Amino acid sequence: MIPEIGHFSLIIGLAFAFVLATVPLFGNHHKHTALMQLAVPAAVGQFLFLALSFGCLLYSFTVDDFSVKYVADNSNTQLPMIFKVSATWGAHEGSLLLWAWILTGWALAVSLFSKTLPLSLQSKMLSVLGMVTIGFILFILLTSNPFERLLEIPQEGRSLNPLLQDIGLAIHPPVLYMGYVGMAVTFAFAIAVLLEGKFEMAWARWAKTWAIVAWAFLTLGISLGSWWAYYELGWGGWWFWDPVENASLLPWIIATALIHSLSITASRGSFQSWTLLLAILAFSLSLLGVFLVRSGVITSVHAFATDPTRGIYILVFLVVVVGASLSLYASHAHKVTQRKEFSLLSKDTLLLLNNVILVTMMATVLLGTLYPLILDALGVAKLSVGAPYFNSVMLPLTVPLALLMGLGFATHWREDSSKRLLSRLWLPAVASLLVAFLVPLLLLPDVSGLAILGLLMSSWIAFTALIWLLKENSTGLVKPNMQKFGSALAHIGFAVTLTGITITSIYSIEKDVRLEPGQSYQINEYQFKFIGVQQKQVDNYLASEGHIKVFIDDKLLTELYPQKRTYMSQVMPMTEAGIDAELSRDLFVALGEKLDETAWSVRIQYKPFIRWIWLGSILMAIGGVLTLFQRRKKVKPENANVAEVNA
Amino acid sequence: MNKQMIPLAIFSALVIFLAIGLTLDPKDVPSPLIGKPAANFNLQKLYSDETFSPNELKGEPWILNIWASWCVSCRQEHQLFVDLAKEQLITIVGLNYKDTPAEAKAWLKELGNPYQVTVQDPNGQAGIDWGVYGVPETFVMDSQGIIRYKFTGPLTKKRIKQILLPLLSELKDNKTQVK
Repeated sequence: MIPEIGHFSLIIGLAFAFVLATVPLFGNHHKHTALMQLAVPAAVGQFLFLALSFGCLLYSFTVDDFSVKYVADNSNTQLPMIFKVSATWGAHEGSLLLWAWILTGWALAVSLFSKTLPLSLQSKMLSVLGMVTIGFILFILLTSNPFERLLEIPQEGRSLNPLLQDIGLAIHPPVLYMGYVGMAVTFAFAIAVLLEGKFEMAWARWAKTWAIVAWAFLTLGISLGSWWAYYELGWGGWWFWDPVENASLLPWIIATALIHSLSITASRGSFQSWTLLLAILAFSLSLLGVFLVRSGVITSVHAFATDPTRGIYILVFLVVVVGASLSLYASHAHKVTQRKEFSLLSKDTLLLLNNVILVTMMATVLLGTLYPLILDALGVAKLSVGAPYFNSVMLPLTVPLALLMGLGFATHWREDSSKRLLSRLWLPAVASLLVAFLVPLLLLPDVSGLAILGLLMSSWIAFTALIWLLKENSTGLVKPNMQKFGSALAHIGFAVTLTGITITSIYSIEKDVRLEPGQSYQINEYQFKFIGVQQKQVDNYLASEGHIKVFIDDKLLTELYPQKRTYMSQVMPMTEAGIDAELSRDLFVALGEKLDETAWSVRIQYKPFIRWIWLGSILMAIGGVLTLFQRRKKVKPENANVAEVNA
Repeated sequence: MNKQMIPLAIFSALVIFLAIGLTLDPKDVPSPLIGKPAANFNLQKLYSDETFSPNELKGEPWILNIWASWCVSCRQEHQLFVDLAKEQLITIVGLNYKDTPAEAKAWLKELGNPYQVTVQDPNGQAGIDWGVYGVPETFVMDSQGIIRYKFTGPLTKKRIKQILLPLLSELKDNKTQVK
């Protein structure tokens, strides 16, 4: 009964989405206020019914209702409760339902918090969100119904993929989806603005808030995924340039560009059409990600079990959504564009340049991701593009990005003089040169050109951001300007991530060794002593648990317990690394194969600064959110050409 | 051309590639097992308590179809196997992968049973030896027990006509020559 209620709620949700997609738009056309205002109850309705639907699926998991095919395929009675809950979104159907629910959640939030926008814009935006919701609910109902019943009810379910039985991955998809789907808000905004035919600066400020929230979720979601891959896959890598990882990186890059472009539009009243294009692009890339992950066109460790009809559906959906919005853009964008003079040396130019670099980055990642598909489609070759391509194209793009980022902090809007700039920049320049040369010389094992370059970039960003903050925030700690503080923090976060990437890529040590109980292996000052391996029975898996003591100068530092787990109803063993984490380095031990009666192969890794990668992304997200706590400024006049006071 | 048309143009080109990509199978890479002797197994039959091993088939070409009742694409290709079985061109062995006998039997009852023999691999143990990374997969063995081709994903009419049937007639010819 409960699954049927869930299924039925989903259909009612669809009905609400239809109302949301059509009635406000119709009302808008006929200038009928009551019809436009219907958007709010419709948004509430679709949210509540999707919540109910999702709740029903969740309930079926918690009570082990194996008559539901999706539950039987992804859960069993031995699964701990937390993973029964997370199994709800552990595979295609349920994760799509979660996606749709989150989408209605964003629509609800928009309907509640867009009072500052004119009703016509608000109702158009909600209608667009309603249309997108229709697309996703239909996708679920037509191709991926999670409530499908089995005729013969199995005694026991098939169990969730053991890789997914992990707390990091239990929360990774919801956070990531919040980000992905959040891009729908700025997308709907862009479409509404294009339909409206004008773009006011205050609206851009509104949109920026939403872009930042979605971006912060995306940032956290991506780094959660990276962190999970690091400790769960057992290879010690943190980013694999896997198509599915790329699918999350693409909208992130564009969302980053979008936030900056929105901030130009909001404070200078220019770059409107560029901003709108980025907003459309960010969500289009989210949808492209859905297509890549769920259609089976690309092989990836993450890809869901696929079914050809799904791929066709998403492709058609993609064509309708992106095709229609880009056509609208092509025909309407000229209406909203305003040109504002700015000199070559100004914050405007630098932000624009960095936007161009970010879009180029997106294009290169997209190309690398789709290249195997394109060559295959042309019948030329079968190949895969790996990390070497991405690393070699991203580095030359990151260098100017970092350089311009620092310059951007020191320049004013509209125009600036090189003399003034120099007076502001010599301090961070000298400081970052010092860091870049002294740190490798004094603290790192050897001096590498790439390390100097990486540290130069990150310290340049951090120092310019810091000095900008001190200057701009001269009123001091009494009344800190949260917006500026947040902005500086987010950029410093980026610098922290960059530092982590640089150092861990260059100075990591990775050894695969054969160890007998009692034997030791030395890496730097760390002595890894292999004690032995024990068998353990835990919940729903069997584990071979290694025991390794780590000493520095014969003093016990820590004990690590890497595991190899064999889950019920699964053959492939799972690796659970033993990790000792510190801010400046990780010690990472993974159990390999059993070589003979007593000896095991053990993978030992020394990963300097790897924590900085994720720490930086947390700072970025926090910084982004802090910028939202700005004190309310007075509402600006309608025709806000006087707004160049920001500098 | 209006510069605001550019994104639309790029997107259109992209869609064409995505659409073609959808018709292709990225997993359709030449299997390293092709040209190697097929891995042996000794598994219980679905409809009796006896076991079955590929060794019993030495001397004739055969097909191994790996399927499961929970696999949607298997349902798609199944009718093609039923048709193929009617023509009696080749021995078709079904390997029921990570499934329960009850569900497997119900499935075959519903859709028809094209297999001379169906064996059960409830843990996927044999699947590992055969390098299975998703159902359905279909292997073609020659009379020497060498793997000659591997289909990843569901068979289609096109794949049968273009790849499977020519291969089968080639295998038949070889067999007569050997004799």
